[in-house]
Amino acid sequence: MARRHEHELNMLTRGEYRRALTGGTLGLAGILLFAGLGTGALFRAGLSGETTPLFDAYMWRVLRFTLLQASLSAILSVGLAMIFARALARQPEFPGRGWILRLMGVPLGLPVIVGALGLVTVWGRNGWANAALSEFGLKEPVSIYGLTGILLAHVFFNFPLAARVLLAGLERLPPEYWLIASNLGMKPLGIFRLIEWPEMKRQIPALGGLIFMLAATSFTLVLLLGGGPAATTLEVAIYQALRFDFDPQRAVRLSLLQIAMTTVLLVLLGLLTKRHAEGATAGGASRRPDGRSWRNRTVDFLLILAGTAFVALPLASVAAAGLRADLLRLAGEAPVHRALLTSLAIAAPSGLISILLAWMISNCRQAILKARAPRPAARLYAASLPQLSSLILLVPPTVLGNGWFLLIGPARLQPAAPLLITLINSLMALPFVLSILDPALAAHRERNGRLSASLGLFGWNRLLHVDWPALRRPVLMALCFAMALSLGDLGVVALFGSDDLVTLPWLLYSRMGSYRTADAAGLALLLGLLCLALSAAGTGNIKRMNGDG
Amino acid sequence: MTARLKTLILSLSVALAAALSGQPAGAADKTLTIYTYESFTSEWGPGPKVKEAFEKSCACTVNYVSAADGVALLSRLKLEGAATKADIVLGLDTNLIAEAKATGFFAPHGIDSSAVKVPGDFKDDVFVPYDYGHFAVVYDSDTLKTPPKSLKELVEGDPAQKIAIEDPRTSTPGLGLLLWVKSVYGDKAPEAWAKLKNRVLTVTPGWSEAYGLFTKGEVPMVLSYVTSPAYHIDQEKTERYKAADFEEGHYIQVEVAGMVKSAHDPDLAKSFLSFMVSPAFQDIIPTTNWMMPAAATSKALPDAFGKLITPKKTFLMSPEEVAKNRKAWIDEWLGAMSMN
Repeated sequence: MARRHEHELNMLTRGEYRRALTGGTLGLAGILLFAGLGTGALFRAGLSGETTPLFDAYMWRVLRFTLLQASLSAILSVGLAMIFARALARQPEFPGRGWILRLMGVPLGLPVIVGALGLVTVWGRNGWANAALSEFGLKEPVSIYGLTGILLAHVFFNFPLAARVLLAGLERLPPEYWLIASNLGMKPLGIFRLIEWPEMKRQIPALGGLIFMLAATSFTLVLLLGGGPAATTLEVAIYQALRFDFDPQRAVRLSLLQIAMTTVLLVLLGLLTKRHAEGATAGGASRRPDGRSWRNRTVDFLLILAGTAFVALPLASVAAAGLRADLLRLAGEAPVHRALLTSLAIAAPSGLISILLAWMISNCRQAILKARAPRPAARLYAASLPQLSSLILLVPPTVLGNGWFLLIGPARLQPAAPLLITLINSLMALPFVLSILDPALAAHRERNGRLSASLGLFGWNRLLHVDWPALRRPVLMALCFAMALSLGDLGVVALFGSDDLVTLPWLLYSRMGSYRTADAAGLALLLGLLCLALSAAGTGNIKRMNGDG
Repeated sequence: MTARLKTLILSLSVALAAALSGQPAGAADKTLTIYTYESFTSEWGPGPKVKEAFEKSCACTVNYVSAADGVALLSRLKLEGAATKADIVLGLDTNLIAEAKATGFFAPHGIDSSAVKVPGDFKDDVFVPYDYGHFAVVYDSDTLKTPPKSLKELVEGDPAQKIAIEDPRTSTPGLGLLLWVKSVYGDKAPEAWAKLKNRVLTVTPGWSEAYGLFTKGEVPMVLSYVTSPAYHIDQEKTERYKAADFEEGHYIQVEVAGMVKSAHDPDLAKSFLSFMVSPAFQDIIPTTNWMMPAAATSKALPDAFGKLITPKKTFLMSPEEVAKNRKAWIDEWLGAMSMN
């Protein structure tokens, strides 16, 4: 009886608790080891004789700019995502809502150059927006090059993910909330303050941190849309150190600086994250009576349209450019087939590894947080687990890749390259997967943990009969996101790329680099469609989406 | 879904394994491993034809290993050190030569390179040129009716007409423009950059991004090569894109190859370098690499090349001078371009 009682409180048996703890810790250790070994190997190489001082006027400017643009990118992306997600949450019947959500999965999966050229078609000097403005008599085109362009691009790439994660959170709220709110006659402001904001607030540190990291390490977008070297991030400096200068030590030191800077920020953000209780629910569809007044409906419709257009227009321009390519010839080309297969063969396992790692880490975290009386140290460990494992994003892929290149050596490179690319891609996707999976698992454990424990469901039984049915959707969504990310990745492949290992983005860049822009546009369309297909698979059945949140 | 997913993953893994294993070389054959950049080996590049042509005469198999570009090629060599499998490194340019020599990996070529004729008279006992191209401002004649006729006009012209350039910190054309401006303006280069800055729409990490912006119609001028219009004339049948002929002259990029000291069959490596400056190799270059051949071809160049401009003067700094000053000049550039 006493043992049974303990189950009810802890939800996990001791063995399970231990396994969860070991699993998460091993996962984290593996990630840190992988990053540490690669970075260390590069540092040890120390091929350059002279060392340039790390901090000079140039580096301070770079640091300042990195912080500024990354903070603004995170704030803007999350802020707009909140508005958009709330509008979508209030309008579960919005026509085409499912396809809007699917569309939101596409930008992150596109190679940055494709997204950037799409953005330029809409917002550039000769873009659609300026064409419309000149109709209204504007003489000089509005220029986005500079901080504006960088922010625009970072919001374009990151806001859709944030919106989806926030929306998933809102839809997980017990439907009873909306009923009660309606019965109490709560105004939209009250609903926002008492129900929506507390839910969103919980996700913001993790999302904000993630987007901050992505923006801080942004490289191509910053240079392409930054308008000049005044817009330079640390990542550019790291890349520079590894190119003409070939100073690996400097590259590693700059990477460490980047990690240190962001860790401080993440710790600060982590302090804002509070433990939060999930509301109990009897389940059922999430109806939102508060979205039914014609006024709210109009506002939401306009917001949804604006947000959708912001994401859809650049994608449409990518599609339009792609349609002008000789698609039939491309579709028949053997190199395209090979690249497609190679890309998928890398994306699928890397997505699965990502899910597995995220599960281990999230499970460990939930085990600690849901334990009867976790020690403060354990609490801190649990709170920082996702952040710690997300730090991998701050190790530039070039550093990781070059380091592992050294460890493996040219002789064994050919067989090892696909494995390394898969691993690095899975680690780069991990933070995204965690941001989708961790809140879902937390809510699930809160709601079903006690019940399964009292029913004596543990281990595989619980995984199969309780966890999988409830978590299938977030897992699938995370998997598809991870695969899309891996599909669009160029960075790592470019390092190891040999002629046997050509992925779609690599082929796309290759065509661009040999004047064949139309081919590149056609391949971009293909990649975009793949991402859309993945996003559709990850979004699942729309009817169900409104139902069993 | 699990069963289907499993089958999918399984079949994909099998496909990948098959794709990766590649074809083993014939056991008795000699092999020549050439490290080069990716656009050389792509199916549109010179690589496949060069391999075919050389294998006809050498009784050997040519293997390519490709890096993203010339700079990445040198980095890769430095990372691999003595363990490198390379016999030949093909695709460095003159600006990288000093650093490449400093690694000590390269052996003097020892071949008769008298066939090589490149403007600026580049000669070296380690590296052999295989093609060259002058940097040029390429413009869209549909949208730009009065292109600049000199670097001075480019620098001082209407700031509303923009140009996309590449970053000298990350790309070879970017470095080329930096050296071009330095060659023309000398100590006054920072002032020139400060003026040119107003015409620069943006500074891209590499050539592809800048040229992408240009062909998208976002910007009417781009820093590229004198030979770029040849691609559009030959392949797209359009003379819309033209290179501006600058009065002061043009900076040149010479692409070279060299033999690695540890080449396992030095004679084979040497015979490849000799082949490289022969018409059999040089004939391939113009319409695959879209650069000028560095030695005689067996037939006249394609018509498209006849329509290209011929720079009146060629700038080329010695590799040593570039190596010595590159950092300082890039800092100078950063200072001038970052001013508000």
